[in-house]
Amino acid sequence: MFDVVVVGAGPAGSMAAKTAAEKGLNVLLIEKRQEIGTPVRCAEGISKESLKRFVEIDKKWIAAEVIGAKIYTPDGTEVVMAEEMAGNEVGFVLERKIFDRHLARLAAKAGAEVVVKTTALGFERTQNGLRVKLRRLGEEWEVETKLLIGADGVESKIGRMAGIIKTLKISEIESCAQYLMSGLDIDENYTYFYLGNELAPGGYAWIFPKGDRSANVGIGVLPSLAKMAAKHYLDRFIEKAGIKGKIVEFVAGAVPVYGEIDTAVADNIMLCGDAAYHSDPITGGGIANALSAGYHAGLVASEAVARKDFSASFLKRYDELWKADFGWKLRRNKKLQEFFLKLDDSTLNSLAKSIAGKNIKEMSVQAIITELLRNNPSLLGLFGELFS
Amino acid sequence: MPKRAVVDRRKCAYCGACVAVCNLNANELIETYLEINENCNGCGICVKTCPMGALSLAEV
Repeated sequence: MFDVVVVGAGPAGSMAAKTAAEKGLNVLLIEKRQEIGTPVRCAEGISKESLKRFVEIDKKWIAAEVIGAKIYTPDGTEVVMAEEMAGNEVGFVLERKIFDRHLARLAAKAGAEVVVKTTALGFERTQNGLRVKLRRLGEEWEVETKLLIGADGVESKIGRMAGIIKTLKISEIESCAQYLMSGLDIDENYTYFYLGNELAPGGYAWIFPKGDRSANVGIGVLPSLAKMAAKHYLDRFIEKAGIKGKIVEFVAGAVPVYGEIDTAVADNIMLCGDAAYHSDPITGGGIANALSAGYHAGLVASEAVARKDFSASFLKRYDELWKADFGWKLRRNKKLQEFFLKLDDSTLNSLAKSIAGKNIKEMSVQAIITELLRNNPSLLGLFGELFS
Repeated sequence: MPKRAVVDRRKCAYCGACVAVCNLNANELIETYLEINENCNGCGICVKTCPMGALSLAEV
């Protein structure tokens, strides 16, 4: 009998498996694909600080380092957020194919069993825990476990089977398309964000450099507002922005922009990462929160095993940990997203103009909102309380 | 005629977006292979969500 079965070997699942195994638990990590880390479904950006909290940095999976971000509104107004000094890189663009494998190997090294090409079909409750039904290479296989951690991504089945989460509405998910392009002529010290209701309804377009004149060029749109598929918006953005380069890889994906869920646990079950809608409703960023959630789920798993208490009421400790770490930010950024969704392009332009040329030294949502509030006191009534 | 979602495999980038929005658990992403089962009632939510435009509704 396993202490923990983790479903999904992305950053959340591997971190949960690693943490639990390091605590001496008997852990099984399963991944439905035959290769961990592919196909990539990510723009791969993460802040240096949030990564360093959980992983020792290894250049092998850092594609590029950036010193800041540049944001553009429809009339071309530019807002720059950057460290003043070069050499003070604040952001990474990862090579997820290598990063995810690295994390899974750390989990394996810590003692977790890892099996790939294996799908979780479902689970049933037993006297001592759960019986999890798996399918490996077409053959059914059952394992018993005290705890099940669902880190099975945006298409999570565990969360829905456990009744923890509801299916996302089309106003709660970003539909994303991205190309890895090479031969680009860009300043690789920055990430780039492009806003506009026509350009990317309910989302934004991005360029994240990956080194050697290559970059992830992508777009996310809200299906409830978009009239066409994300790929059409991406092709139009590339054409209108005059981005010249060669497409060497296709990426598609979806990002939950739900905000904070009430609870990520049920009896014997915890959810982390995209499976728990842990991605940020404003930025769409999910890696940092996934790592944090996985880490905390792993810790709580070890406490639960020590106390032999796998009830939802005990596992709520995990809720407390992820909510204190980043849940509050999901809640706040959901409100911000709702505010930004109401803005027309001319309001976006004038807000950007009010802070263009200001010296925003930090690359964060917090920093940009603080600057917006400073220059637009009328916004205080709208979301001042979120940032006091 | 009742409709069902169908996938154009040549366009599908197997990202799972359609699985995430399906209330009926009609879509399943098996590794890199999307299957649509008979639970599908042709509501079209997944068609709207697909980033590649790989899904459409067809009469069954």
